[in-house]
Amino acid sequence: MTLMPNETRRGFLGLMGAGAAFAAFPAHALDTVQASSLVQKSLDEVYAVINSGQPPARMYKEFESIFARYADVDIIARSALGPAARQASPAEFSAYRQAFLGYIGRKYGKRFREFIGSKIEVTGARPVKSFFAVSSVAHLRGRSPMEVEWHVSDKSGKSRYFNIIIEGVNMLASERAEVTAMLARRKGDMAGLTSDLQQAG
Amino acid sequence: MPRNTIFAVLACGFCAACATNHSQNDIHDPFEPMNRQVHAFNRGLDAHVVKPATAGLSSDGGGGMGSHVLQGIGNFGSNLAQPGKALNHLLQGRVEPAVMTGFRFAVNSTLGLAGFLDPASADFALPEQDTDFGETLAVWGVPEGAYLELPLLGPSTTRDTAGRVVDLVIDPMHQVLDLDEWLIGLGARAVSKAGERARFGDSVDSILHESADSYAQTRLIWMQHRRHELGQEGEEIDPYAE
Repeated sequence: MTLMPNETRRGFLGLMGAGAAFAAFPAHALDTVQASSLVQKSLDEVYAVINSGQPPARMYKEFESIFARYADVDIIARSALGPAARQASPAEFSAYRQAFLGYIGRKYGKRFREFIGSKIEVTGARPVKSFFAVSSVAHLRGRSPMEVEWHVSDKSGKSRYFNIIIEGVNMLASERAEVTAMLARRKGDMAGLTSDLQQAG
Repeated sequence: MPRNTIFAVLACGFCAACATNHSQNDIHDPFEPMNRQVHAFNRGLDAHVVKPATAGLSSDGGGGMGSHVLQGIGNFGSNLAQPGKALNHLLQGRVEPAVMTGFRFAVNSTLGLAGFLDPASADFALPEQDTDFGETLAVWGVPEGAYLELPLLGPSTTRDTAGRVVDLVIDPMHQVLDLDEWLIGLGARAVSKAGERARFGDSVDSILHESADSYAQTRLIWMQHRRHELGQEGEEIDPYAE
């Protein structure tokens, strides 16, 4: 037995898992690998920002831009809005989408301190329905490892993730509950929701 | 312990009586008006008592004296909970985690100086394997029941609430400790919860005090996490198919 650090070994197992998926689903083969590398690349960029030591407000902007490049913001914003998305005019939706993006950058960016000195490793990927689930494990200081799953799709024309599930807690579902509640507070007024989102997070 | 067995059977009956099948991602919440009142109370309690009392305990997650003491007290409380967890693992037919939990208790009670330290996790690769009677009921096929928010204790379900009560009754530590000692253990666990409030302060604030409908957020997040723990998650969301 060669001595292999746990992380390397798990990374290797993840690689084997990806290989197995590759063999089992030849039609999706490239996508499984692509999906994992998309998540890995986006994580690398997030950690580069966390370790850069910039002022928090600058970091939130950077997180926002990473999210805009790797996530399918359109479908996430649309899904969070629920049925109201169908009634909104293109201009209303686009203003809402922009505000939503900033809100996500601030809300999740605020947690960056929890991730200082942490590590997230991609452990595998598998096809689910019409998309791919990339699994990863987050090792945060003083906490037991957390399962983080990324759902990646190319339905938008580009490979993007559209959902992150942390220990079973689903970002898409919780943002839908939140945005729906915000819209209800404004009695269905899209402009009101948009301006609230600009302040929230 | 026939008395305990009868209690467990009663608890199951209670759950089954008010159980309906939840379909995938739905949350069954027939007591929402009452739950919302309890939530308002819990939220006020957090804002006015728990948060101020725990502020500065370990907001940087760091190594202040206070956080070490708190960690020790939390370890002590959680160690006393291990025999109950071992029992639940057994009731679920999971022998390996039951045995490992037993070893964990033995190591930490002795080398860990009555549980204040946690050498079992650090040096023996015996991490805590969390479980409770709520999970045992789930393994036995008892339905989840209705969502409940309990005063002080927070989110639960009828099945998990019954589980909490049964856990207090069947705790093997009753055979070893007198009531006062046992209550001290329970208190230590409460203190460690307060420590968690400080450590995960940002997340708690975000859900409890910054969301548009903190009741709905709490309910959703807790429920998803609990179902994940029990391996009873709903179906994946496919927004492209909606």
